[in-house]
Amino acid sequence: MTREMTGAEMVIQALKDQGVDTIFGYPGGAVLPIYDEIIQQEGLEHILVRHEQGAGHAAEGYARSTGKPGVVLVTSGPGATNMVTALTDALLDSIPLVCITGQVPTQLIGSDAFQECDTVGITRPCTKHNWLVKDVEDLPRILHEAFYVATSGRPGPVVVDIPKDVQFATGTYQGPTVNPSATHKSYRPQLKGDAGALRQVVEMMAAAKKPVFYTGGGVINSGPEGAQLLRELVSLTGFPITSTLMGLGAYPGSGDNWLGMLGMHGTYEANMAMHDCDLMINIGARFDDRITGRIDAFAPNSRKIHIDIDPSSINKIVKVDLPIIGDVAHVLEDLVRMWRTSSAKADEAALKAWWAEIDSWRARNSLAYRPNNDVIMPQYAIQRLYELTKDRETYISTEVGQHQMWAAQFYGFDAPNRWLTSGGLGTMGYGLPAAIGAQVAHRDALCIDIAGDASILMNIQEMSTAVQFGLPVKVFILNNQYMGMVRQWQQLLHGNRLSHSYTESLPDFIKLAEAYGGVGFRVDKPGDLDGAIEQMIAVDKPVIFDCRVANLTNCFPMIPSGKAHNEMLLPDEANDEAVANAIDASGKALV
Amino acid sequence: MNPQNLSAPSAYFLAEVSNEQETHTLSVVVDNEPGVLARVIGLFSGRGYNIDSLTVSETEHEKHLSRITIVTTGTPMIIEQIRHQLDRLVPVHKVTDLTVEAKIASQDKPLERELALVKVAGTGEKRLEALRLGEAFRATVIDATTEHFVFEITGRTNKVEQFISIMKPLGLTEVSRTGVAAVQRGPEGI
Repeated sequence: MTREMTGAEMVIQALKDQGVDTIFGYPGGAVLPIYDEIIQQEGLEHILVRHEQGAGHAAEGYARSTGKPGVVLVTSGPGATNMVTALTDALLDSIPLVCITGQVPTQLIGSDAFQECDTVGITRPCTKHNWLVKDVEDLPRILHEAFYVATSGRPGPVVVDIPKDVQFATGTYQGPTVNPSATHKSYRPQLKGDAGALRQVVEMMAAAKKPVFYTGGGVINSGPEGAQLLRELVSLTGFPITSTLMGLGAYPGSGDNWLGMLGMHGTYEANMAMHDCDLMINIGARFDDRITGRIDAFAPNSRKIHIDIDPSSINKIVKVDLPIIGDVAHVLEDLVRMWRTSSAKADEAALKAWWAEIDSWRARNSLAYRPNNDVIMPQYAIQRLYELTKDRETYISTEVGQHQMWAAQFYGFDAPNRWLTSGGLGTMGYGLPAAIGAQVAHRDALCIDIAGDASILMNIQEMSTAVQFGLPVKVFILNNQYMGMVRQWQQLLHGNRLSHSYTESLPDFIKLAEAYGGVGFRVDKPGDLDGAIEQMIAVDKPVIFDCRVANLTNCFPMIPSGKAHNEMLLPDEANDEAVANAIDASGKALV
Repeated sequence: MNPQNLSAPSAYFLAEVSNEQETHTLSVVVDNEPGVLARVIGLFSGRGYNIDSLTVSETEHEKHLSRITIVTTGTPMIIEQIRHQLDRLVPVHKVTDLTVEAKIASQDKPLERELALVKVAGTGEKRLEALRLGEAFRATVIDATTEHFVFEITGRTNKVEQFISIMKPLGLTEVSRTGVAAVQRGPEGI
């Protein structure tokens, strides 16, 4: 369809043609023409945030919980620069975002005009691609291309920067191309895996004595089919499976073959299985440094298969024996079919011995903690939250730190797209806006931000957004009054000198909730926890739940910096001396 | 799969063996659109890769395609990374590692040339010596007064380097170089 309209009208039309129902944004001088169109239309809901970073993370939460791209609309200058953290976050976690920024009129670009910044220059390294639109006739094509680039291949954030005069100018609107993946002049990611290589995968899997699936966020990004096929492959082979932080939920946490999360705060059995395996099958993960530990001692006796849609992920950190470039769902579909139809079978005897070995590691019970009748242990709080919410449609987001790791360890995720966390960038302040984004997309679901007392203050202003739009998100704060993970690292690395990691004057979170128009709870006795959680769930308003937990608990198990998978610090071994000496001089330089 | 990897306990340790720095010439075909060069060089600086030389110009006007020739140094793993990182930039059409292509075709190197304009000022014996050496290097004089010459010299990088260093004691005052342009040998295009 083609017709004449203004640039601002084109933005609304293109969003609708792309199937967008919700945008997150904040108005300002350079986007006023677009806002003037928003108020005169129906079908596109605008969620007004309180800070542009909040819009970005809310769009990420929306995207992660729906599989659709998140859309953001912000103004020029500070509107755009406030988006930089969210864009970088989305880039590192491969979240599809389309961010539309206003820009000063084209004739003023470069003149240091009011609220001018070089948006495409600033966002170039933190987007998958970006565009400055100088001619209204290019606008429809670029908007549609933006959605294609954000959502295809390895998803990521894109920015379309639209000067104000282009928003006012009139041009011809064109609808989306039918099949952009076939017609785009340069960007056409490969979806199908190489059949010859896949036959080798089948052979290697049949020959393996100690195999392990190591899966990541790529499975989630591949859509529900990806997770379904993964479950099928695991049940067909009987192989053990572990996942990165970003991949939780692709395989159910209650599944028979589940080892728990791997990596720095992963389980002992997951990390030992990674270290001792003879075949590692990486599906949609990227050998991040939180996962590998010391790289020259990483799974030393293994052959490695790496399935990834992004060729630049292959051999970036770890050299692999067999790379498969393709989309997880496409590749697994072929792989499952080949495994079923070939004569190859898993080596049952070897697998039995392998599982026996894994069970001996599991018996170490690496997530154990000392229960306490007087003080709420943070792990216990997450366990209770899980037990009381697991039978509902629940979306869990987190901030960043100890609470995030405890949530990953103790909240069992049985479905994909239910777990929203900032993995790659580690952005404090992510969780509340992300929960808001999820709640917008799933109005009747329970959306909980598991937070820390420090992180929550980084985007607390979004409580106001939740109240305005009737979004009953629950902020569940594990309040230990410290920046817990910073404090833990100071204990490990810096002689327990707790430099600026204690928050001396936290707000009264109950009053804070009430000030925003929400409801506050405070609990400090383990016996009161269940009742209060049930009350929190029953409240149909935004809630801040101040769960006072043991102040100085450390997050274990842990692979100390610079150590290998088989050198984990387990909770029962982590006395003060072991903690103080866990990291040697070379490890101290690492993050 | 690379057959030599089959018997190895872990391919990772194979990578450790070839940790030597290599210099490769990459040819990158891109849309000639605003900011495309910034994307390429931003990638190199952002990820800590080296640029030894970079040349860019529009080569196919009707399609608005430019060709960027980059000479870079790194371990084989890094060079492979650079190629893939470049390839995933949206306006990049094709990345070719000409050094690898030459090796596959059992050639020493791809065809590489650069051009330099070399200004040498002086009088008397030094001036004559500069002129004689210019002839020996097949450099062309494109500007001259009684007090200077400007030589145009074309060739492989090491020839240009050698010419410049020889001119130093003879009154070298200024050099402008294009950087390396490169193509594969043989009838095929990239």
